[in-house]
Amino acid sequence: MKQKSLSQKLIASPYLLWAAIFIIVPLVFVVYYSLVDANGAFTLEYVSQIGKYKDIMLNSIWLGFVATVISLILAYPLAFIMARSNLNVQRTMMMLVMLPMWMNLLIRTYSLMILLQDTGIINSALSILHLPNVHMINTQGAVVLGMIYNYIPYMILPLYSIMSKIDNGLIEAAEDLGANKLTVLRKVILPLSMPGIASGFTMVFVPSVSTFYISKKLGGNAFALIGDVIEMQFKSSNNYNLGAALSLVLMFLILICMAVMNRFTGDDDDGGVLI
Amino acid sequence: MNFVFVPVVTDEGTRPSGGSSQSVIFYAFLTFFEKPTATSKRENLNIKSSGHGEMPCRERGLLMEDNIIIALKNISKKFDDEVVLDDISLNIKDKEFITFLGPSGCGKTTTLRIIAGFLEADSGQVIFEGKDINSLPPHKRQVNTIFQRYQLFPHLNVYENVAFGLRNKKMKEKDISRKVEEMLSLVNLKGFQRRDVSSLSGGQQQRVAIARALAVEPRVLLLDEPLAALDLKLRKDMQVELKNIQKRLGITFIFVTHDQQEALSMSDTVVVMNEGKIQQIGSPIDIYNEPKNAFVADFIGESNILDGVMLDDFKAKFSGAVFQCLDKGFAVNEEVDIVIRPEDVDVVPVEKGMISGVITSNTFKGVHFEMIVDIQNFKWMIQTTDYYPVGTEIGIEIEPDAIHVMKKSKYSGLYGDYSSFSDEIEHLSDVSLEEE
Repeated sequence: MKQKSLSQKLIASPYLLWAAIFIIVPLVFVVYYSLVDANGAFTLEYVSQIGKYKDIMLNSIWLGFVATVISLILAYPLAFIMARSNLNVQRTMMMLVMLPMWMNLLIRTYSLMILLQDTGIINSALSILHLPNVHMINTQGAVVLGMIYNYIPYMILPLYSIMSKIDNGLIEAAEDLGANKLTVLRKVILPLSMPGIASGFTMVFVPSVSTFYISKKLGGNAFALIGDVIEMQFKSSNNYNLGAALSLVLMFLILICMAVMNRFTGDDDDGGVLI
Repeated sequence: MNFVFVPVVTDEGTRPSGGSSQSVIFYAFLTFFEKPTATSKRENLNIKSSGHGEMPCRERGLLMEDNIIIALKNISKKFDDEVVLDDISLNIKDKEFITFLGPSGCGKTTTLRIIAGFLEADSGQVIFEGKDINSLPPHKRQVNTIFQRYQLFPHLNVYENVAFGLRNKKMKEKDISRKVEEMLSLVNLKGFQRRDVSSLSGGQQQRVAIARALAVEPRVLLLDEPLAALDLKLRKDMQVELKNIQKRLGITFIFVTHDQQEALSMSDTVVVMNEGKIQQIGSPIDIYNEPKNAFVADFIGESNILDGVMLDDFKAKFSGAVFQCLDKGFAVNEEVDIVIRPEDVDVVPVEKGMISGVITSNTFKGVHFEMIVDIQNFKWMIQTTDYYPVGTEIGIEIEPDAIHVMKKSKYSGLYGDYSSFSDEIEHLSDVSLEEE
């Protein structure tokens, strides 16, 4: 038994090394930078500066939340239809969901920009049809749209994976016991797909809240999200300490959101993809 | 083929001769629970009057109006061009225990699912108390199902599972609670309310499924091989318990099984199905004693099925000898299938026997010995309580009431020879015989 556990350790070692270098060490750096000043002395100054960015922080969380909820609303019926279709349809639909992910996030966001611009494809089309143009780029709506467009596959996949595991017999049993379609959804499918909702929620919410590229390209300079502020600290302001402090606070806020979410959906996390 | 056939076992004397000790106890148990009603008297009459499976028109008419709860009319169903149900018609009486019996793929579960509303028939009608319910969705039908794999809701505890159907009825919490208690005590699961369903054993899950389905007080309970997943001992117990519950609640049970023993010991009426068709409808006793064709004879119990000729009424010729029998109504010299159950053969000294043969194997089965006897190259199965060594030549005597004559059918010649103990090899040997 001892030997077996040793060999298990050996097999696990590359992953442990990977985790140490790319996850643990950077985290330690983040924590370190956020708690020291430029001279390396301990300080809470940067962490306490968070008050200045409160609005941006809350706005980021709010937009991330809106994007996640809309993704959920859009993805849920799609995942359900996918899970209940025959295998060929399932494969095709899965392919269509995955297809955009083969392209880089930046390219996808750029193409969205081209669509939404005041002189973009949509507005040109509207002009040709003699319809009034719509200002879309550089609005919160555009940013939310960008988040949904980029991250919705991460909502669909865990939902689909958990829903395809729901035994059709359970739905029949519910119908047999007098449940109409709505009751079946509310009392059987929804509770059984909660783990999928929880992991889909996480996988869309976390990158949406911390994004900086989407908000920069689609939101313009009209407003910044917390991701943009953090990026600015590292790239232009060269204020690593403030950047690290903001990252740390953001990380805690996301963790709190996730904890609330998990409490809400129960601790049952089997079948989920991430959590 | 639209008549109902409803003899119910009410009389100790009509017990099938081949029943095991368990089924004897079971029949005694049935007798105990059977209420003497006007209908059962009429059913008793039918046992006596039903000579050959057909009954007089007057009585048939009487039975037609006799509270039929579900009628299937010319139901057909195809899956991808494969015919699963071929023109099924059947009347199901209120409060009866009816069993669809047949090998896998015979269409019995499909029939059940059509009654439940999970499947729609390609053609034909499902009539519930005189009303066509073809287009009624499952949740509006007064039938409930016990699924083979129970299908308990894993996210709900025992209480909530049983309460599921009641909540859909928008019942008051107080009434729900009372009903759930009542149901759980009916299935002997008192005190299990808060238990997680995944923590229950198979038998307990089964009971929860029964309680859940019965809580909504269905008129008809559909049971799709509900005992298949249980071990033998538990299965026997549940058979008795299910029958008990059915008698106590007085509702119709439609039971699907491939286990002929289960079908015989539980049912008022057995519907034998094969290849999407109803082969025979009748009481367990009729099905066993008067099988309609070689398939039924072979599927229900052990049987020697021989080629024979009806020389005249009450006179059958097979295995090179002429036998007295109780069957009539065949054409003179009509070729027929003869069924003789292994337990109905009397072993006598060679010189006293009507025919004779040599024992080729003998297996001890506990209650009896099971011998394979070669009589004119046909391997008979004969059960006896006396021991005869292999190689002995024995004489055989068959009483007239032990001989059952059937019309030739497409199943003739496929079954009934005991050349081998194994079904597979039996099948192979049949094939090789055909090739010769």
